[in-house]
Amino acid sequence: MAKAKAKTKTNTEDYLRMYRQMVRIRTFEDNANQLYLSAKMPGLTHMYSGEEAVAVGICEALTDDDRITSTHRGHGHCVAKGAEFKEMFCELLGKEEGYCRGKGGSMHIADQSHGNLGANAIVGGSMGIATGSALRAKLNGDDDVTVCFFGDGATAQGLLYEVMNMAALWNLPVIYACENNGYSEYTKTEEIAAGSLTARAEAFGIEAFKVDGQDVLAVNDLTQKLVARCRKGEGPFFLELETYRYHGHHVGDINREYYRSKDEEKDWKQNRDPIVRFRGYLVEQGIATEEEIEAMNAEIEKDATDAVAYAEAAPYPDASEVDMHVYAD
Amino acid sequence: MREITLSQAVNEALAEEMRRDPTTFIIGEDVAEAGTPFKVLSGLVEEFGTERVIDTPISEPGFMGMAVGAAMTGSRPIVDLMFGDFIFLIMDQLCNQAAKIHYMSGGKLNVPLVLRTNLGATRRSAAQHSQSLQALVAHIPGLKVAMPSSAYEAKGLMKTAIRDNNPVVIFEDKLMYQDKAPVPEEEYLIPFGEANVKREGSDITLIATSSMVQVAEKAAEMLAGEGISAEVIDPRTIVPLDEKTLLDSVKKTSRAIVIDEGHQSYGVTAEIASRLNEKAFYHLDAPVLRMGAMDVPVPFSPALEDITVPTPEGVADNARKLCAGELIHAA
Ligand SMILES: Cc1ncc(C[n+]2csc(CCOP(=O)(O)OP(=O)(O)O)c2C)c(N)n1
Ligand SMILES: [Mg+2]
Repeated sequence: MAKAKAKTKTNTEDYLRMYRQMVRIRTFEDNANQLYLSAKMPGLTHMYSGEEAVAVGICEALTDDDRITSTHRGHGHCVAKGAEFKEMFCELLGKEEGYCRGKGGSMHIADQSHGNLGANAIVGGSMGIATGSALRAKLNGDDDVTVCFFGDGATAQGLLYEVMNMAALWNLPVIYACENNGYSEYTKTEEIAAGSLTARAEAFGIEAFKVDGQDVLAVNDLTQKLVARCRKGEGPFFLELETYRYHGHHVGDINREYYRSKDEEKDWKQNRDPIVRFRGYLVEQGIATEEEIEAMNAEIEKDATDAVAYAEAAPYPDASEVDMHVYAD
Repeated sequence: MREITLSQAVNEALAEEMRRDPTTFIIGEDVAEAGTPFKVLSGLVEEFGTERVIDTPISEPGFMGMAVGAAMTGSRPIVDLMFGDFIFLIMDQLCNQAAKIHYMSGGKLNVPLVLRTNLGATRRSAAQHSQSLQALVAHIPGLKVAMPSSAYEAKGLMKTAIRDNNPVVIFEDKLMYQDKAPVPEEEYLIPFGEANVKREGSDITLIATSSMVQVAEKAAEMLAGEGISAEVIDPRTIVPLDEKTLLDSVKKTSRAIVIDEGHQSYGVTAEIASRLNEKAFYHLDAPVLRMGAMDVPVPFSPALEDITVPTPEGVADNARKLCAGELIHAA
């Protein structure tokens, strides 16, 4: 397992931003869950809480020109790639000012301005898109990199093996980032995945790495190196990030002891939380004081509360929008 | 008669047929312990074990193809496809393989499998979890397509589907899983190709499938208060289609609206309407109207989603106009 230490990073601003982004994701999700529980959000949504170091560690190694493709559990990727709370909450509530004018909702948020090509409600549905984006970069001589996020469950989709084969044949600048949170809906990963996930990529000659997905610096360090190599034409790469989702599969999945024990959940939350770990590190290294961190947390909390209030009061799209955007002009 | 939910009705049908026929098995994602996200299959793994209620990885083309192979060699698989929208992932196995094998083999090979899946919008699930794709499979010769409109139909059609020697696709309305209807304790089957006249009437025929049957019945109720007598017919299977019952009704009423939750263009409503035009033309007093979902991907926002599907008010409004002769020269 790659255990990168903080040596390559000396810029405390980068560290604080990574911490901030992780807290922003957690705070966004807490508020989204609250919206669901108080029946203010239409439909269901999938919480990213617990997996913050994955999205942040990776996206902090990217620029706005780099692209990502996201999943049904996509709020974390969206925030990490630079999205604003206001437009995100508006989208979750189906409001006109949402990133997709209310047409997409939680499972389809896309943020073109920051290179987020979109969440996807079809498991594995973005693997072709990500690889195609990388093909375009190569054809155009652009130096941007595309990261394809997907879950352990999605590795069962045949599409992954078709596109990894082509990406490897053509050295495309794409990083396949498998968020292994141990579960595919209500089933443990070991019951649905034979053999080793990284070995599958290696079979195509793709360099593959297993990383502690709860360690934001380890994720960020490795991704920086791989992004740099992708830009030099040395891609593709495959990452398996070991992580954990704190909530149920979706917000409505409350009684889940039949497939996942409370003890296991407690263990991950108490002993491996990515935010708690990184906060401890920041204080220990003298990068931030407890007070500074508390102030940052409070500011983010206020941001979220304000954005939720804004979104709740915001108007729905006009009925005339229903048949807009079926075809591009 | 006792009342049970559509979900329980499907569960009973599967359990009864699996007890009767040891060559049946269920295959799909989270079908065993989880009993599917809609909990329709709860309890089946306890009775039949994980050998006959098989959890798969998220590999739809893979397990669909395996079902085809198992069906060709003696099993009667029941494939569980979590959302109807995922049909697009399995189209090759379903339409190029399952649908054609009996024909291509000159009748020597059979593919007796059931694909159970669902349809229906207004669940705030957005464009990839809300589609009603029955027209796509109904278009392919070799596939039968059943569309239950209540718990009663869901049970009777499922049992028939499992005993059929062809690939059958069943679309359940995911919004209706908790709806109760009278279902007999004793065993019954509903034959394919037999429409059900849900309500008799003399002024206009409302032909509605699955989720739209309730919509048509509500519209008929509203119209009755205004002195318009609407007949409501549920075809129950769109392949095979009970043309006779539909034609008999239209010859009597001379007007018809066809309602289905799939997109309106090139849809189920278009097919049925054009058969009525072809075969009952001289009996019609007005053009046959189609009412389907708007030709847009299903939007997430409730403010938009609700206007994409036919409503009782919309159906009643069109019925009124047809009966008043208003739409005859429209467009
Ligand atoms: C093609 C397809 N099959 C099934 C589903 C239903 N589904 C949604 S999420 C999910 C589990 C995905 O597991 P994983 O890829 O590990 O992602 P996680 O939810 O753990 O983040 C399933 C089966 C789907 N949306 N798309
Ligand atoms: Mg997972």
